[in-house]
Amino acid sequence: MGKGTAERVAPAPLVATSRQRRLISGDDVFRAVAFAAAALILVIAAIFVVALIVPALPAIARFGLGFFIGRTWDPVRTQFGALSAIYGTAVTSVIGLLIAFPIGLAAALFLAEESGVRLLRGPLSFAIELLAGIPSVVIGLFAFFILTPLMRDDVDPFLNHTLGFLPLFQGSPSGYGYLTAGLVLAIMVLPIMTALSRDVIRAVPRALREASLALGATNAETIWSVILPYARVGITGAALLSLGRALGETIAVTMVIGNRNEISASLFASGYTLPSVIANEFTEAVGNVYLGSLFYLGLVLVLITIAVNVLARLLVWRFTGSEPMAT
Amino acid sequence: MSRPLVRIFLDRLVAALIALCVMVAAIPVLVLLLFVVIKGLPGLLTPGFFTDPPHPQGVPGGGVLNAIIGTLEIVGMASLLAVPIGALIGVFLSEYGRNRLGDTVRFISDVLTGLPSIAFGIFGYTVVVLTTHHFSAISASVALAVLMLPVILRATESALMLVPQALREAGLALGAPSWRVTVEIVVPAALGGIVTGALLAIARAAGETAPLLFTAFGNEIVQSNPLQPMGALALTVFRNALSPYQNLQDQAWAAALLLVLLVASANILARLYVRRIQR
Amino acid sequence: MQTEIAPRPVADADAEIKLDARHVNFFYGDFQALEDASLAVQARRITALIGPSGCGKTTFLRIFNRMHDLTPSTRATGEVLLDGHNVLDPDTDVIQLRRQVGMLFQRPNPFPKSIYDNVAYGPHMLGWSKSRINDIVEQSLKDTGLWDEVQNRLRRSALNLSGGQQQRLCLARALAVEPQVILMDEPASALDPIATLRIEELMQDLKKRYTIVIVTHNMQQASRVSDFTAFMLMNQRRAGEVIEFGPTDDIFNRPKESRTEDYITGRFG
Repeated sequence: MGKGTAERVAPAPLVATSRQRRLISGDDVFRAVAFAAAALILVIAAIFVVALIVPALPAIARFGLGFFIGRTWDPVRTQFGALSAIYGTAVTSVIGLLIAFPIGLAAALFLAEESGVRLLRGPLSFAIELLAGIPSVVIGLFAFFILTPLMRDDVDPFLNHTLGFLPLFQGSPSGYGYLTAGLVLAIMVLPIMTALSRDVIRAVPRALREASLALGATNAETIWSVILPYARVGITGAALLSLGRALGETIAVTMVIGNRNEISASLFASGYTLPSVIANEFTEAVGNVYLGSLFYLGLVLVLITIAVNVLARLLVWRFTGSEPMAT
Repeated sequence: MSRPLVRIFLDRLVAALIALCVMVAAIPVLVLLLFVVIKGLPGLLTPGFFTDPPHPQGVPGGGVLNAIIGTLEIVGMASLLAVPIGALIGVFLSEYGRNRLGDTVRFISDVLTGLPSIAFGIFGYTVVVLTTHHFSAISASVALAVLMLPVILRATESALMLVPQALREAGLALGAPSWRVTVEIVVPAALGGIVTGALLAIARAAGETAPLLFTAFGNEIVQSNPLQPMGALALTVFRNALSPYQNLQDQAWAAALLLVLLVASANILARLYVRRIQR
Repeated sequence: MQTEIAPRPVADADAEIKLDARHVNFFYGDFQALEDASLAVQARRITALIGPSGCGKTTFLRIFNRMHDLTPSTRATGEVLLDGHNVLDPDTDVIQLRRQVGMLFQRPNPFPKSIYDNVAYGPHMLGWSKSRINDIVEQSLKDTGLWDEVQNRLRRSALNLSGGQQQRLCLARALAVEPQVILMDEPASALDPIATLRIEELMQDLKKRYTIVIVTHNMQQASRVSDFTAFMLMNQRRAGEVIEFGPTDDIFNRPKESRTEDYITGRFG
């Protein structure tokens, strides 16, 4: 190839011939494939809605909205209500959040802070990520064999002894029940609470922090009067996302909740949560109404989690201006 | 003039409280891993653990071959479904997704991310098990694939968004059609992020139990037919833990250790891959 | 100022005009960024676009190979004739156009692939044979003075090259599809003086075979390398206009417009 390369090649015509124009271009094909993939997720979502509702129909037809306030769960007389499972879900999730919230927030403050003990930040970050990656059935296994005896023999009796005047801490502890399940949930939502709060706190403008410190405020005063007020909305969102995670956790809770259809004031008592009823009774459920009631519980669970999650995402999104990263 | 002293005391107190919480946050994972290793390692090293089928209840010995094959096959099939589709949807979001349809897809993906894992089990049960009248490995793969989709598609989208616009322009200025620029230049440039997203999704799917309960259902027999019920490590941990036999409980710990190792290696692989790409 | 024929470089009345922009207007949504811009680019010469930042130089340049299509809600009117064919015509095959009108960008933007694959990308896309691709890769790298520097590491990543080498690689990549015109958008703005000099020397070589249009904010560069210069300025409506166009020597030494003179002398002291 010599010098005059450019001249020797005749330039192609700049106007596509009518035949070329009639052919579908590669761009059109690729765009169509990409749009088809996007449409597929819409189809999946539609099927998902149907898949959640259809198997629940026998129970919906039988119990209607009364399902939400029914306390009985009696397979023999095929009489079902969701109230005790909703109660158990709410109680365990709130316990989990009450424990995970302050610890996660403190860990997040530690991780987001520039000063402090730098040496510890890496390991803590690593530990939290490690915890996030552990399958929930493994946490359940740990809780079932290690945590429940500890609760039964030490923690619960101690609480009963010191705070036993409250109805919450009365009764005889078995190790299984709301409190243990709540503790397990706290462990499970700690990573997400920490990671999300850390991102929110990092989004607080550094200038604000430095201005406060420059005015002579201590670190603690800066956290209390600058960082927390500024990040309040985002932290609320992080807590709600953690709550959403806690509501739907199935396996680990099923292993320690005690699986009893009761509503008890005592946190030592065995109970049920929405997902654990489904997981626990699916194999033994016979008959359309019994099986349908399990799926009705599933539907209720999904509706509650979607509501909590959408609210949380709106808050986090409004605060950081970006999507929450933890999934 | 005790105000400054009070302020300093409060500052120290808060710092101490934060340090305490940090330790409390780090302790559970350490204790948990310690127990899993100590209680799981002997079982993992028992001859036959990897190669034998489970023995009937009460008969000592036996392995988890059924569950190992099951987890690999179920998660493998789920990845074959979810990775290409998820990556393609990610491409859609970054290249054609600045519109109403794109926002809808993102919203649905976020909603799916927040759904409890048991909901995916119900999805697999209704869509595959009810229509085929059969518990099967493939129904579990379908459930897990839907669970993996949002992770993969959001990872793909953000990886593609990080590819500089200048690279696209360079390709287009050479007279390349835009689809070829996307496939041959933009996607390869973002491959690190896409692979990482896929590995994280695989790690998450491998550890899930709830979606398998009414899909794969579990199977003590060693078999690899995707249309039949199948065991999985997570199911072995769950069922054996609740059994009254000591040897099965030991096996649950060993299976848990194996599961943790599997999930951890997928996570580590993801990190290593990112590092290699960045270099 | 609405003349029928674009202002032409006066040096040679019979000169071959490669690219002829006539009365081009350009809009970002409702905002007009170019107003009645005309420019006749002579074949196998270097034409420079100069002017203060924001005067529409780059916008004008990107119309020549329809890169503005990539920005949503933009619109160009008027005519840009390439060998007599209107580039702005909706029937124009943009892909063919961009193969004939190559582009070099402000910052080196090699693909994250090997050196060889960077240059071979265009020819590979055109479906050329393996041996023809090998030939054109070698030729293009020789034309840009890179061959001796990289012939032993063609399979290594292009990202390991220095900035100046990367920019010459991008030039080789553009040459490999055998364009007629090369558009350069401040091609040396991210390079050190030595690498800049290297690019300028290359341009003198390349103008024997290619028509080059270069946007530059550096007037010394324009006076050093170009045969013709167009001076652009923003008017009262903040739209870019071609104020004066002619042989580089005339623009810099005997400008007809006082605004050109102000700009040139303001900068040249």
